[in-house]
Amino acid sequence: MFDQMPNQTPETVRLLVNGVAVEMPAGSMVSAAILKTGATLFRRSLTGEPRGPLCGMGICFECRVTIDGEAHCRSCQTICRDGMDVHTDG
Amino acid sequence: MDRVRYECDVAVVGAGPAGLAAAFRAAREGRRVTVVDDNPDAGGQIWRGEKTKPRSPEARVWFERIRSVDIQLIAGARVFAQSGPGKLLAETPRDVCELAFQSLILATGARERFLPFPGWTLPCVMGAGGLQALVKNGLPIEGQKVVIAGSGPLLLAVAAYLRERGAELLLIAEQTSSLKLARFGLGLVSKSSQALDLRRRLKGVRYLTDCWVAAAHGYQELDHVTLYRGGKRWSVACDYLACGFHLVPNLELAELLGCDIRNGAVSVDEFQQTTVPGIYSAGESTGIGGLELSIVEGEIAGLSAAGNRDEATRLFSTRAKHRRFADLLNRTFALRDELKSLAQPDTIVCRCEDVVFDRLRAHDSWRAAKLQTRCGMGPCQGRICGSAVEFLFGWTPESVRPPILPVRVESLLSE
Repeated sequence: MFDQMPNQTPETVRLLVNGVAVEMPAGSMVSAAILKTGATLFRRSLTGEPRGPLCGMGICFECRVTIDGEAHCRSCQTICRDGMDVHTDG
Repeated sequence: MDRVRYECDVAVVGAGPAGLAAAFRAAREGRRVTVVDDNPDAGGQIWRGEKTKPRSPEARVWFERIRSVDIQLIAGARVFAQSGPGKLLAETPRDVCELAFQSLILATGARERFLPFPGWTLPCVMGAGGLQALVKNGLPIEGQKVVIAGSGPLLLAVAAYLRERGAELLLIAEQTSSLKLARFGLGLVSKSSQALDLRRRLKGVRYLTDCWVAAAHGYQELDHVTLYRGGKRWSVACDYLACGFHLVPNLELAELLGCDIRNGAVSVDEFQQTTVPGIYSAGESTGIGGLELSIVEGEIAGLSAAGNRDEATRLFSTRAKHRRFADLLNRTFALRDELKSLAQPDTIVCRCEDVVFDRLRAHDSWRAAKLQTRCGMGPCQGRICGSAVEFLFGWTPESVRPPILPVRVESLLSE
C-alpha cells in the first residue's frame, strides 16, 4: 500500500516542451524538463511579466503551464510522462 | 462527482519526516493509519526522491520502518476542506477523497520565507529549497553558475547538494552577523558531526555573513545580481539565484480546523495535541526546529494519537534536547531590519496579483490591503507574500477559509 510504483518503470521518458523533444529520467517533474530545454519563462503574470518556478513544492503557483491541453497545471508537482505535450506562456 | 471514501483510526497529513514517524508509531500500536500528501510521493521536502533511493541514513531507517508496518499512502492529494467532524476532503488529479478518522495528525511542514527585492520575480530567481527541489526532480545543474543567498542552515545543505551535482557555486550570502553565527557554532556541539560533514563538502566555497542580495537584474530572465555587504555593492553574473530567508510553518490547515496558533506556529501540549481535542501536530508546523526535532515530535504525536501516552512520555527528554537547539537556531537566523528596506516602491510584493510595495504602504492592516489591492488573494492565497508582509509591515495573517487551495469546481460539488 505504501509503494505505488507501476509494474514496469522505463529508465527515461520523452516529452515535448513547446514542440521541442526532451528526454528525462523517469520520475522527473515537468518543471525540470521545461528548464532543460532552455525555456525559463513558464507563465506571464497579470501585468505581463515573465515568471518561472519559485518554491519548487507546489505552493507558489508560479510554475503553471499547459499540459496536454489543460491550462494552469503546476509543473513542479506533475511527473513527466511519455508523449506529454507541454506549453509555456512564451 | 462521487467521492472516494477512506476510513482509518489515525489520519496523517504530510508524509515528511514528522508525518512518517507519526504514522509508523501509530501503526505499530495497531491503529489503521492513512497518510495523505500533496506531493507526488512520500518524503516531504528533505527526503524528496529518497523513498526509492535513500541518500541519508535517517531516510534509509525511516523508509525501512514505514515499510515494516501496514500504512496507506495517498500521494498527490491536497487537503482543501473539512466536510464534517472527523472528515477531510482532498483533491487528487483524478478524483476527490473523503477521509474519515478518529484522530488526526497535522505534519504539514514548512515553506521558505521569501522577501521582496528588486528583480526577485525574474525567472531563474528561486528559493534555495526551490532550486534544490528542481534538481532533485531532474534539472541538470552541472556547470551552472549559482549564487545562494538569504538565511539559515538550509543554504548550506542546498549548497553542498548542488555542488555535488556539478553546480559552480559562486558564493553563499548569509544575512546574519558573524557574531551571531559564532555563538551558534558554539551551540553546535550536539550536532558537530553534521557541521563537520557540511564543512568538508563546502570546502573552498565563499560563505559571506552580513551579506545579502540587493537586486536581481536581467531582461526576461536572470542575468546578474547585486550583492551588498558592509556598505559595498558589487555585481555577480549567474544562471540561478537560490534565495530563501529561513523557514515558516505551514499553518493553513491547522487554522481551518480551529487550532490555536501562537508565535506563528501551531500551539501544542506536551503530547503534541493542539487546542482541538483529537487533533495533533508535529514537526515544522509547530515551529521550525529541523529534522531530529520533527522526527521525535512525530513519534510522540503518533504514540499519543494511538493512546500510548506512557511510551510517548519516554521521548520527552529527547525532544527537549532538540528544542534547545531549535531555539538557538531561530535566534541565530532572525532577520535583520535592513532587509525591510530592500523592496523599492515599484517592487512587486504579491506575485499572484502583481501588487507593488508602494500600494501596500498606504494601508494599516492585512485586511485593508487585501480589500483594496487584492494582495494575498491570488492562487497562492498569501502563502508567499504573507510572511513577507508580516516582516515588512508587522501585519498578522487573516483567518483562513475553505477551500484553502484552488480546487476544481467539481471537487467542491462532489458528494
